[in-house]
Amino acid sequence: MIRSEQKPFEEILGSLEGDESVFILGCGGCAAACGSGGEPEVLDMRARLEGQGKSVSGHAVVDFLCQKALVISRLGARRAELEAADSLLVLTCGVGVQAVAAVVARPVHPGCNTVSLGGAKGEWQGAERCLECGDCLLDATGGLCPLTLCSKGLTNGACGGAKRGMCEVSEHRPCGWELIYKRLASTGRLEKLRTFVPPKAYDRMRPRAEWLATSVWDIEAHAPPADGAERR
Amino acid sequence: MGLRDALDEGRFAVTAEVGPLKGTDTAEAFEVADLLKGKVDAANVTDQQSAVMRLGSLATSSLLVGRGLDPVYQLTCRDRNRIALQSDLLSAHVLGIRNVLALTGDFPTFGDHPDAKAVYDLDSVQLAWAMRRMNEGYDISGHELEGKTDFFIGAVVTPYTDTEEAFELQCIKMEKKIEAGARFFQTQAVYDATVFERFMKRAGKLGVPVLAGIIPLRSDKMARYMNRNVAGVYVPDDVIAEMAGAEKKMSRGLEIAARLIKELRSMCQGVHIMAIGMEKKVPEILELAGLS
Repeated sequence: MIRSEQKPFEEILGSLEGDESVFILGCGGCAAACGSGGEPEVLDMRARLEGQGKSVSGHAVVDFLCQKALVISRLGARRAELEAADSLLVLTCGVGVQAVAAVVARPVHPGCNTVSLGGAKGEWQGAERCLECGDCLLDATGGLCPLTLCSKGLTNGACGGAKRGMCEVSEHRPCGWELIYKRLASTGRLEKLRTFVPPKAYDRMRPRAEWLATSVWDIEAHAPPADGAERR
Repeated sequence: MGLRDALDEGRFAVTAEVGPLKGTDTAEAFEVADLLKGKVDAANVTDQQSAVMRLGSLATSSLLVGRGLDPVYQLTCRDRNRIALQSDLLSAHVLGIRNVLALTGDFPTFGDHPDAKAVYDLDSVQLAWAMRRMNEGYDISGHELEGKTDFFIGAVVTPYTDTEEAFELQCIKMEKKIEAGARFFQTQAVYDATVFERFMKRAGKLGVPVLAGIIPLRSDKMARYMNRNVAGVYVPDDVIAEMAGAEKKMSRGLEIAARLIKELRSMCQGVHIMAIGMEKKVPEILELAGLS
């Protein structure tokens, strides 16, 4: 499971500034299990946004948002509500937000931060696209993560090392920032590139103790020696 | 006198480069410094250039201060986290270093320690911002400094890119660096005045001095190599042909460098000559360009 938690409501409202109407998308997978983006959370978010005077053109919960084919087929039935929206607010992990942003033309806002379980999430398709940094940047980057797409993990733009659109580290790897540029240009949001991104809080990438205590880490830490000998 | 004075007074500024060696031998650096002193406004000291481990730019910049040559202390984000960067900046200030150039830094796989862990805790925009905060008397966590810094903050920009996206990204990042605190720019090497002119149409409006990068060519082979392998460098075919046809290639490379300086002079506020092993020829280039 990929653990996510909702961003502070003020931050979400800030990211929706300028959008009159929004479509809310939740995930019936991990986000529902974590209480960050299942049906109840989507309905609660809808009520809170409408309470702030936002128009919500519709909402949906898809299992699982990390699967692009599922997202395309489920959203296909909601075209009218999507067309009435200026943007989508997506309540799920960074993998899901990136999958949605890849299959819709409207801007996509992340409503959650993906947090680290210290590697205890198991296999998850697309997990390499999200570093579980705990402070999702996808709103400013068109739904493409600079931490995983840029070799240097730069957050304020390209380094200047790209050649013919490919990264200086590998000619087989596209420059993540050129991808981000194209995506933002295609949604008319290039002004997002002008915002200064402050140094990242890397301590938020460390798994929190209370979550480790519920995982296999804790079992290992407290298990007696398997060979029956006394631990010194 | 130094770089900041030259730019403040509106003089056409000239900077060159001193590259520390791998080891403790400083004789070469001193020789170049003594040769450049009085002929350039400042000399950049490269920071583990191309990710190759060498004598540090902080120590070498400090030696240049003692030698009477204004250094531009190059600082990359590749090898140090925010604690080390800020601490080194405090050290630089007390050693009399004032010009600092904020760079991202080539990835470690370029250099001679390809297995090294890359840091990039801050990026070049955040590093420029960190220096501005330190000039204001604070570290980047907001704690007050006992004695603030007085840095003349520099940054880099690439005027030529091989995709439109990269060009826009360069221009936007340049503006972000200025907002973060950058007060002068040095560019990647320029070989085509029309390419530079296009860039300066955008950059010139930003009101921050730009020093055009100049790398003298040694051969047509070097030009072709850079076109293939060095991001942001584009040597036009006619320049390559001129080098190929020249009998004395080294002299022709210096002439081309001088000619470029003359062409670019009206478009920018200075030049930054990166001689890469030919530092002793910098005075000759300046003479040919009418700048001595």
